[in-house]
Amino acid sequence: MEFLFDRIDKPSPAWAKVVTACGLLALYSALCFWIFSSSIQNWEKVWGYRAVFFNGWMLTIGISAVALVLSTVFGVAAALARRNSFLPLRYTAIFYVETVRGVPLLFLVMFGYYGLATLLHWNDRLPVGILILSLFSGAYIAEVIRSGIESVGRSQWDSARAIGLTPAQTYRFVIFPQVLRQTLPPLAGQFASLIKDSSLLSIIGIPELTFAAQQVNSATYSTFEAYLPLGVCYLVLTLPISLWTKSLERRVSYES
Amino acid sequence: MKVELRNVTKAFGTNRVLDDVSFEAEFAHVLALIGPSGGGKSTLLRLLAGLDRPDSGTILVDGIALERSEESLRLYRRTIGTVFQAYNLFPHLSARDNVVLPLVEVHGLSKAAAAARADDVLQRFQLIAHADKQPGLLSGGQRQRVAIARALAIEPKFLLLDEPTSALDPEMTAEVLDVIAELRTLGQPIILVTHEMGFARQSADLVAFVADGGIRECAPAGTFFSNPTTPETRKFLEKILKY
Ligand SMILES: Nc1ncnc2c1ncn2[C@@H]1O[C@H](COP(=O)(O)OP(=O)(O)O)[C@@H](O)[C@H]1O
Ligand SMILES: [Mg+2]
Repeated sequence: MEFLFDRIDKPSPAWAKVVTACGLLALYSALCFWIFSSSIQNWEKVWGYRAVFFNGWMLTIGISAVALVLSTVFGVAAALARRNSFLPLRYTAIFYVETVRGVPLLFLVMFGYYGLATLLHWNDRLPVGILILSLFSGAYIAEVIRSGIESVGRSQWDSARAIGLTPAQTYRFVIFPQVLRQTLPPLAGQFASLIKDSSLLSIIGIPELTFAAQQVNSATYSTFEAYLPLGVCYLVLTLPISLWTKSLERRVSYES
Repeated sequence: MKVELRNVTKAFGTNRVLDDVSFEAEFAHVLALIGPSGGGKSTLLRLLAGLDRPDSGTILVDGIALERSEESLRLYRRTIGTVFQAYNLFPHLSARDNVVLPLVEVHGLSKAAAAARADDVLQRFQLIAHADKQPGLLSGGQRQRVAIARALAIEPKFLLLDEPTSALDPEMTAEVLDVIAELRTLGQPIILVTHEMGFARQSADLVAFVADGGIRECAPAGTFFSNPTTPETRKFLEKILKY
């Protein structure tokens, strides 16, 4: 059984890793099947609601994609504002980033929709939900981008000024390309978080994936069969991003 | 060319690096700035490069005073070439694109014309084989030569070099000094901060000693090294020429 141990001085072979992973998958599946199979019979019923799942899944993807673009815009704007010499702009950015990062998303969703949006008579759940999610994610992206900008050395600013670039040109041609290369892994991770976090929009009645699973659950009285696909659907989206992130990280660390 | 400082002061906090410095130097090819580390050579060079402003006083280059606004300093910087000790190049761009960037974005050349000019300069510095490499794949000496090529490609009025070889091993140092010596023979005016005393003695028209808040001595290279007048200069030369 020596091959089951992956030690620094004696790494286990690649085949051992594959065999272990597949073996464990089979083992855990069999275990679950053995425990739950007798009490679960409602797969056919849930299968009848597959369109609900699918629509919810598509909406989750759509919300995440739009929120990704919006939150990147918010994040870049806040990061730049935070570095601006004009104090009102800088403090506004700090206020935004720090308050949003200091409260749970659940609070933002409830307060933003039932509190603020309702007060303003804005009752379109979907745009309000996407906006709240984007503001939330934007605050985190702002910090990722700010630290990315700060990690570009002073010598790069000096060189850019020495050749006569304007500050805007410096950001465009010198700083952002380097920031992008460095922040792509954390930004990809942020996208995975966005997909998971969008599940909280179910509490304001947006029919995304989690909301769909809840509906199927209450219609079929089969919690396990309704919620297991829910988890799988999220994993199908987030696992590839997570793997991609890992490979990006490896590439960045080799280059520098 | 001619540089002139009139009552120039530059302080960092309470550290008056340049303290009411008045100085004038006229030279055809190379002005070398030497002095102990921390003496203010880089500070002086950054003022001449238009990267920083003096706290008070005036700097004149070829009789024209540098203005204080960032906008006009930027226009001034576009007419000169500045190379620092290291990390001059943009690491995400190839050697060629490093040279092309200012030509296109600052000097308005077309992409094709800029690439042709870049290849021209890189060819002259025997760097054309490395034109497509990013700085991370170049040796330290090659990086500095690309940086000099980039500064030169814009056809600057003069070059400012701040210890361009001090981060390099001896072989690469020679390779970069060769380039500077060649530029000198082509009539490119250069202001150079250096620790290479042999090079300063050989190639500089004028050598200025920068220490203790100002320019303590400035003389033609021959006189400066054979017959230094101030005790500070003498002490400094004794110390560094000991081995
Ligand atoms: N940006 C800065 N902030 C604070 N102190 C500085 C800065 N730049 C230089 N100094 C100080 O000014 C003095 C002169 O530095 P510098 O001009 O770099 O000397 P040199 O190039 O001759 O070694 C040093 O004491 C250094 O610590
Ligand atoms: Mg220095």
